[in-house]
Amino acid sequence: MAQMTMIEAIREAHDVAMAADDKVVVFGEDVGFFGGVFRCTAGLQEKYGKSRCFDAPINESGIVGAAIGMAAYGLKPVIEIQFADYVYPAYDQIVSEAARLRHRSNGDFTCPLVIRMPTGGGIFGGQTHSQSPEAIFTHVSGLKVVIPSNPRDAKGLLLAAIEDPDPVIFLEPKRLYNGPFDGHHDKPIESWKKHAQGNVPEGNEIVPLGKAHIQREGADVTVLAYGTMVYVAEAAAEETGVDAEVIDLRTLMPLDLDTIVESVKKTGRCVIVHEATRTSGFGGELMSLVQEACFYHLETPMIRVTGWDTPYPHAQEWEYFPGPGRVGEALRKVMKD
Amino acid sequence: MGSDTAPLSLNVPEPGCRPGDTPDFSDFEIPRAGEVGRPAVDVDPDSIRDMAFSIVRVLNKEGEAVGDWAGALSVDELREGLRHMMTLRTFDARMQIAQRQGKTSFYMQHLGEEAVSCAFARALQPGDMNFPTYRQAGLLIASGYPMLTMMNQIYSNAKDPLAGRQLPIMYSSKEHGFFSISGNLGTQFVQSVGWAMASAISGDTKISTGWIGDGSTAENDFHAAMVFASTYKAPVVLNIVNNQWAISTFQGIARGGVGTFAARGHGFGIASLRVDGNDYLAVHAVAKWAAERARLGHGPTLIEHVTYRAGGHSTSDDPAAYRSKQEAAAWPLGDPIERLKQHLIKIGEWSEDRHAQAEAEILDTVISVQKEAEAVGTLTGGKGPSPRDMFEGVYETMPPHLIRQRQEAGF
Repeated sequence: MAQMTMIEAIREAHDVAMAADDKVVVFGEDVGFFGGVFRCTAGLQEKYGKSRCFDAPINESGIVGAAIGMAAYGLKPVIEIQFADYVYPAYDQIVSEAARLRHRSNGDFTCPLVIRMPTGGGIFGGQTHSQSPEAIFTHVSGLKVVIPSNPRDAKGLLLAAIEDPDPVIFLEPKRLYNGPFDGHHDKPIESWKKHAQGNVPEGNEIVPLGKAHIQREGADVTVLAYGTMVYVAEAAAEETGVDAEVIDLRTLMPLDLDTIVESVKKTGRCVIVHEATRTSGFGGELMSLVQEACFYHLETPMIRVTGWDTPYPHAQEWEYFPGPGRVGEALRKVMKD
Repeated sequence: MGSDTAPLSLNVPEPGCRPGDTPDFSDFEIPRAGEVGRPAVDVDPDSIRDMAFSIVRVLNKEGEAVGDWAGALSVDELREGLRHMMTLRTFDARMQIAQRQGKTSFYMQHLGEEAVSCAFARALQPGDMNFPTYRQAGLLIASGYPMLTMMNQIYSNAKDPLAGRQLPIMYSSKEHGFFSISGNLGTQFVQSVGWAMASAISGDTKISTGWIGDGSTAENDFHAAMVFASTYKAPVVLNIVNNQWAISTFQGIARGGVGTFAARGHGFGIASLRVDGNDYLAVHAVAKWAAERARLGHGPTLIEHVTYRAGGHSTSDDPAAYRSKQEAAAWPLGDPIERLKQHLIKIGEWSEDRHAQAEAEILDTVISVQKEAEAVGTLTGGKGPSPRDMFEGVYETMPPHLIRQRQEAGF
């Protein structure tokens, strides 16, 4: 076990995977010599050579398209899109190609590919460095969608994603890269170095895809969260005194519905939290699934706490961000109803 | 801004002729066969820039093979090539009719373009990978892929290797070096570069080929492929099949102000040339040159195959609505089957009688294969794939939500 930040954990997952398998190749904008703008691939080029870790031209659809060709050849590309906000030019390659290759060729060709990208806001990144586009990937059949919330999971889930035989969208909440963030932006930054979930197992220990983690056990209300919102929800529970069970979904596709249903049946209440915009967000899907499976166990209507349906603003970041105040309000409301 | 400035107007290019007009290809510059020489395979792309504005041709009007690019194929290979093209044309004709009979939903034929994929296939080695569009089935025919399997796919019957999931003619065969066709336009072009990069990363000796139509060169994927191929000097042969028409849109809409599609390669420092796409010998010779160049590590080549789509885009359009009916006959590069046939006759290795006999044999074979496929089923009759199949293979392991949905659907 070693204490590390999420950036270090992601870098180590690459290192472990590249050492174990020559077929793992890493590329993207600035990932080679410099090691990525967030340093997640630092040192890999020096250690594994330029043909296994290299810089790519600024062309996201080219990066993904080339990686699909490499995956079809038999390599395991792990590629970085510098910000999730930049993925849109690659959407066609992801949706029409990577996601469907296995199905349309009846397994003749497959696409074991990991597309990593920093997601979410809270860093004053404005509308081009803050978006949370997970729902545009969960909507696509053939993709897996993973969002870790801490260094331990980031390493284990990334290793699982690299081992996975299908394309995986790996969203890294950039606000959590250096420490857990409870949404109190005016407080000093906490580091992973002192946090239990910053304690990361050595070697090739995976965290399986499709398994949620109960971050905080509770009896009164189930909070479904992922990524940055996990610690916000945890803080809201502490601050309101509501005995909330916070579930970190970790993988949105495939989703661990069993854990969700079991919890909601126990608590009878459900609050869903995500940073992404509300309309057609993943929260809508979660609400449908809980309604379908737990309707007769629900004591109050479910509530979504999300980013507003606006472009991610710059100066108004903390009015946009669904912080512990708004989540706490929702907790109080479901308890009162 | 003074009042003496004239108002601007938008330039929208128009083709030379539309329905009712008389086709006129007098502006189309065609060099004599043999005129364009064959450079060394390690040539500096910069020193052959003129090749992007000329056309490599081997067969002349008299049916003789002339110039540097001639002589690469034996007589037997030429006869085999002729048979491949004739087979593809016959196969297409039968499947076109089958679609009209309602036995499948859709079909795309190669009429007039048979040489491009049939000749190219013979320049590759086992293990190489093509990333084709929907109009390169000659790559399969000429590498021995069974016609029966192709028809089973077209009919989406119980023996369709793709289990009924894909549109007709969107074949896939890793074994035959034929990457799964998506039906999207252009996406495969940069994937072919990625495959070639993977070969180089792995220290392999295999190469890949990318294919795109004249219209789709306007897609971002074309630019992406060129940048990646150029930057990483990928062992890839990038092919533009310029068949003059993108559905109803003439090639000038995608080409814009540049002289030729091949010339787009110059900005990337990629060896770029044009070939007479209706000349089996020229396509084969150029393909072999480019493949060797890639395999020896000299980098990518961009080939513009100059040809003509003599049929509709697919079974869903009527070309008479957007171009002159006489245009195909007026196309100055002729018909690829007729030209190879005349060449073989000229050198005393073929005759009209043998040709007629071969045509009859091929038709018999295709009809008997068709009967075999139809005995299994067509889209509308006989045995089809299981509905359960649509839930399989979305992922390697079916996730819980798909299992639930499959049960809900009753399969």
